[in-house]
Parts: sequence; C-alpha cells; structure tokens
Amino acid sequence: MHEFSIVQNLLDLIERYARKNRAERVTEIVVSVGVLSGVEPHLLKVAFDTFKEGTVAESAELVIEIEKLDLRCRDCGKVSGLEEPRFVCPFCGSLNTEASGGDGLILKRLEMECHEGSAEGKN
Amino acid sequence: MCSECGCGHTKKILEVSSKILEENDLQAEKNREHFSRHHILAVNLMSSPGAGKTTLLEKTADLLRGEFRIGVVEGDLETSRDTDRLRARGVPVVQITTGQACHLDAFMVHEGIHSLPLEDLDIVFIENVGNLVCPASYDVGAHLNVVLLSVTEGDDKPEKYPIIFRSADLMLITKTDLLPYVDFSIERAVKLAKTVNPSIDVILVSSKTEEGMEEWLNYIKKRLGA
Ligand SMILES: Nc1nc2c(ncn2[C@@H]2O[C@H](COP(=O)(O)OP(=O)(O)OP(=O)(O)O)[C@@H](O)[C@H]2O)c(=O)[nH]1
Ligand SMILES: [Mg+2]
Ligand SMILES: [Zn+2]
Repeated sequence: MHEFSIVQNLLDLIERYARKNRAERVTEIVVSVGVLSGVEPHLLKVAFDTFKEGTVAESAELVIEIEKLDLRCRDCGKVSGLEEPRFVCPFCGSLNTEASGGDGLILKRLEMECHEGSAEGKN
Repeated sequence: MCSECGCGHTKKILEVSSKILEENDLQAEKNREHFSRHHILAVNLMSSPGAGKTTLLEKTADLLRGEFRIGVVEGDLETSRDTDRLRARGVPVVQITTGQACHLDAFMVHEGIHSLPLEDLDIVFIENVGNLVCPASYDVGAHLNVVLLSVTEGDDKPEKYPIIFRSADLMLITKTDLLPYVDFSIERAVKLAKTVNPSIDVILVSSKTEEGMEEWLNYIKKRLGA
C-alpha cells in the first residue's frame, strides 16, 4: 500500500502551491495516474480522503484521470489505448506487442479559493 | 469576489504539471551520483518475500571475497535476521528501520549510504522489501535494478506484476534446483517478461547448487568496468 506514502508527497505538493498562492482552501485537484505507474486509483482515493483531514485540501475533491498505455501490435499492426496494464493485443491476442506511455504520476491542476487582495496576480 | 456566494473569495485554477514523486526522483539521482563518485556499483534487488534475495547475497559475498568488497543496505524492516545473516559473512550491512514501509525509497537509501564505509566498497547491494508491487514505483538510485523470480512462485508473475518487471534491467530466475519439482516453464516466464519489458536480461541461478552464479557475477563485474 504505497499509495499512503504517495498521498503524503501529493499533499506536500498541494500545500506548497497553496502557500505560494495564499490559498485559503483547495477545492479540487486533478491527478493523472498512468496505467503503468504502479498506483491503484481506488487506493489513491481512499488514502487521499484519509490524509487530507486537517490540511488545506481538507474539503478538496480528488479527480483522477487515467493515462492510458498505448499498445502497438507487431502482428496485426493495430494500436490500442488500454486502461489496465495488459500486454496482449485486444484485437488478435498476440503477445508480440510494444507498450509506450502510461507511466506518469502527475499533479495536473488545482482549484483553490484565495482571499481577495491577497492572491498573487489578483483577478 | 466569489461569484457563487459573494463571500469575498476569488477562485483560482492553477494548471501545473508536477511529478508527484519528483522529490524522490531527485534524491535517487543524488544517490546514484554519490555511489558513482565513490566508484561504487549500486544494485537494487527486488522480489516477493522469500524469493531468495538474502541467500543470493550470502553466496555472492562468499564468491566475491578477496576480489571485490561489497556492502548491503538491508530493507528487512521487521527483524534483523537478514542483517545478522550477512554480518556473519563479514559484510558491512546497514539496516533501514522505517517500521512497516512496504518499499524502500531514495531517502531511506540515502540515510543508509552514510552508515556504510563507502571508501572501502566496490559494490553496494540494496535488498528491497519483499513485495512485487510497491518497490516498483520508487527509484532508489541504483545503477542496476534486478528482480528475482523464484521457480516456486509460478511463471505467470511477469504478466501479473508487469510494473516491477518493466522497472528491472535483469530478471534472475532463482531456485532453479527446484525446477524438477514444480510446473514452471522458463520459456513462458521469459516470454512474458520480454513482453512487458523487451530489453530485460535474464539469468537462471540456484544459490544452492551455484548453477548460474558465475553468469550472475560476470554480469555484475561487466558493469563494474572491471
Ligand atoms: N532450494 C533452494 N532454496 C533456496 C534458494 N535460495 C533461497 N532458498 C530458500 O528460500 C528461503 C527464502 O530465502 P531468502 O534468501 O531468505 O529470501 P528473501 O528474498 O531474502 O526473503 P525476504 O527477505 O523475507 O523477502 C530460504 O529458506 C532459503 O534457504 C535456492 O537457490 N534453492
Ligand atoms: Mg531477505
Ligand atoms: Zn494484434
């Protein structure tokens, strides 16, 4: 269950961005999880909801986007975007495939509430 | 002003693109440089519990004695049994004591590095926590990542745990002396491993009969530039 330690890193990142932008609350965060990152989205969510208590992201919703794995089949030539770590061509069943992408684990976006006048580059 | 409730807050959306494990990756890079500065080859050993990491290290220590000096960063977090086994061989060992962690990360290894007599060593082995899932996500700063698969675990493991096999430079198929007693197809295991990681190298070893040990040692020596 390394999702717990990953969430600690994620919360550290969020705290840093929130501080830099003088945010009072973070309301939503978007994380991209690669199919080959070794992170289980469901466990990440559970861990996030457990550890966000008492942080600036206490009321934040975690939105997870799945970064697909692109599998190119050397036998039938087809390319598939897969949402699970499988290496068998879904078209012809061949194992003669080449995988690329899907290994990222990235904080993409934060939505936060800043106090008027205190936010950097206020709008 | 907040358009929804008029509370005087402003909403701000920040587009970032930050690797969540960036801190770990940076530390891993530092570890690698640290080892390299001391002309040390760092080897990370990963496997499920009991695949034979410590036994392999005991044998490796015996066979390299007098030729290369090895040290070990031991990730057995629960007991000091593995550490004791290796110390009994005269190997400098530092045990990571981070409680119940399911993997080693670059910071834990960094702490370990400072307790080893690096000036006196040629190779540092990092025995990761026995687990085929969690260690795969963490670069610990080794030059060589090795995954052990013992023949008693089944030949389907590379397909079931593809991420750790993708992260490895070398798959060691261990306990080959037990092949006559189990239904383990080397051919299938290698095929599946090459499917998830086309550039993975494969060596078959038995720490018991020493079959394949020479190939394993040569593999390491080649990377030592020796
Ligand atoms: N027959 C046979 N048994 C082996 C071999 N290598 C290891 N074993 C046995 O497998 C068991 C586990 O070996 P360890 O070396 O402790 O495995 P490990 O990977 O270090 O285990 P953890 O640190 O607990 O994850 C022990 O009983 C060893 O004696 C081998 O090559 N052949
Ligand atoms: Mg061990
Ligand atoms: Zn196909």
